[in-house]
Amino acid sequence: MTAADFLSIDLPAILVAVLAATSCGLLGNFLVLRRQALIGDAISHVALPGIVVGFLVAGTIATLPLMLGAMAAAVIAAGLIEIIRRVGCMEAGAAMGVVFTAMFAGGIVLLEQTGASNVHIDAEHALYGNLESTLWLGLTAWSDLLTADAYAAMPRQLVTLIGVTAAIAVLIAAFFKELKVSTFDPGLAASLGLPVRTISTALIVIVAVAAVAAFEAVGSILVIAMFICPAATARMLTDNLARQLWLSVAVAAIAGIGGYFLAAFGPQLWGNPNALSAAGMIAVVAGILQVAAMLGAPRYGVLARTVRNRRRKLDLPA
Amino acid sequence: MTSEAFAVLTFGAGYNTSVVLAGVIALGIGGGVIGVFSFLRKRALISDAISHATLPGIALAFLAGVALGGTGRNLALLMAGAALTGAIGILAVQWIRDRTRLAEDAAIGTVLSVFFGFGIVLLSHIQTLQAAGQAGLNSFLLGSTAALTAGEAQLIAGASVAAIAIALIFMKEFGAVAFDEGFAAAQGWRVARIDLIMLALLLAIVAIGLKTVGLILIIALVIIPPAAARFWTDRLGRMVALSGAFGGLSGWIGGSISALFPDMPAGAVIVLAAAAIFTASLLFAPRRGVIAWSLHRLRLRLRAAETRALLAMADGYQAPDALARRLAGWRGYTDAHGQMTVRGAAAAAGAAHQQRLWRAYRQRHPDAALSFNPLSGRRIEDALSADIVAALERDSA
Repeated sequence: MTAADFLSIDLPAILVAVLAATSCGLLGNFLVLRRQALIGDAISHVALPGIVVGFLVAGTIATLPLMLGAMAAAVIAAGLIEIIRRVGCMEAGAAMGVVFTAMFAGGIVLLEQTGASNVHIDAEHALYGNLESTLWLGLTAWSDLLTADAYAAMPRQLVTLIGVTAAIAVLIAAFFKELKVSTFDPGLAASLGLPVRTISTALIVIVAVAAVAAFEAVGSILVIAMFICPAATARMLTDNLARQLWLSVAVAAIAGIGGYFLAAFGPQLWGNPNALSAAGMIAVVAGILQVAAMLGAPRYGVLARTVRNRRRKLDLPA
Repeated sequence: MTSEAFAVLTFGAGYNTSVVLAGVIALGIGGGVIGVFSFLRKRALISDAISHATLPGIALAFLAGVALGGTGRNLALLMAGAALTGAIGILAVQWIRDRTRLAEDAAIGTVLSVFFGFGIVLLSHIQTLQAAGQAGLNSFLLGSTAALTAGEAQLIAGASVAAIAIALIFMKEFGAVAFDEGFAAAQGWRVARIDLIMLALLLAIVAIGLKTVGLILIIALVIIPPAAARFWTDRLGRMVALSGAFGGLSGWIGGSISALFPDMPAGAVIVLAAAAIFTASLLFAPRRGVIAWSLHRLRLRLRAAETRALLAMADGYQAPDALARRLAGWRGYTDAHGQMTVRGAAAAAGAAHQQRLWRAYRQRHPDAALSFNPLSGRRIEDALSADIVAALERDSA
């Protein structure tokens, strides 16, 4: 592997993976704590019809119309879920299941019927993403990273993701207290005069933005994994929200980098020259990290609990 | 075109099309029947984890088939692989939910994304192999009926019927667990075991339907029909029958359309048919549907406004708000100048009398009176027995 290969092929892919994982992972903390983890799942499914409609309306696959389409689809889906939940007196999970499968099915039929599937959008691509094909052309040596020209040639997905990740980090930092109170105690938040419903709607819109930005590069399955696994891993390790956010970012970054390297170079270790799916592998690494945390977390881990329980039993007078 | 459509819909378009259609209908009925129980148990989305968890199993079964020297495209083998990792996925969800501090939604999300990710890794490995039939594996994502052979369709139909039969045998137990876990436990039933049987049936339907509907949309088959059926009835038996019928109808419509237009993805069309049935139920169902419910609310509002107007008139005032005033005019309680008519005087006296009786009832039985809405305009003679009303008449006199 030469430096030029690494810089133009692997570096952008790793950056995209890490940024996508970070932006989704940060938001995932709030989804997991609010018991809305599957909103990420629902939104990444309804993004498909939104993207297709955005493409059909705008006629190009530029980022902005696709993202607007997906955001509109996410907001419509959230509204429909709420209506069905209230009118039908239904559990949120069932309402979500009805809405996102129906919208996803609509998206697929639209794709097939309008011929949009010929141009870069297809359902499998939407699932797996296309991490391996994000290229940063024009980078041949590390010193190129210091030149302005290199940044002009930066891949579009990377630019989008840098912007979205920065925006999410700033928003979370700015509204940390509001998010924290409304997540843990909506009643208290309402009595303090916080707009609880606006906050949860805004959260869903931002989740949709993050999902779409990441979706294009890494596929919906990795988006779902990153909304849940880093946050769930961090949740096993701490009770402090700020610490949980930092931990989830760390987990997301480790999964992104580790998963990419395993997928790109792992098979070569046993003599297979073909790379594996990076998006899939990142999800697997995130899962492994989560299993490790669920088993081995110092306080809430299953092993620690078992040991504690056993010790407690031994301490009891016979 | 019309005659062709008619031929497909009525099973007259050749043996193969008919067998495939029968298979899809059986699958739809099975999904509808079995989905009722996880829907009522408020665990509808566990099927999402199950369906995504089948992907690594499909890939592993394919690899095993190739290693054994076959093409790897044996549907029974692929289904078995799907069922195996699907089962592991179910156990993983239960384990995370029961043994860690994470909630069920996080458990479902974890299992579905990590298992699916692993499946994608395996698929990307399979793509690099020079094995025959690997292209067919992608059809498991979105499903297709085009590639279904008559034998495979028979397998799907047979397995669906078996799953439906088991679900009907355990209907009483499933229903009890779904509605009242404590009651089921008090009956001496093992709730955890009944749950596992229910999940096993769900897994069976998912594994059976993968090939036709695809693993992303198969969950719609076990969620949408029960959700639609719930609007029409409060009884378990009827709900199971209706949900099965809705599922079968979706399969019939979707299967026919995809037979007529081969590039229409079958799974998506079936799901859209189910979604149309759901929307119709949401709007038109008696009592629980949006329209019936809105009419009911409107009627209550009007009745409350009328009562308001009459009570005010009985005390010698004008009706307190515009709606009540206008209503009094329409009903002929007031004339064009807003003056009380003879008819209005009688009605106002009646309303005041009713109110006196209700007030007496509230004083005598304050706890029981809580369940009556004083403004609903309901006549006390219709709500309470004659001797209580007679006693109230004496009280208020």
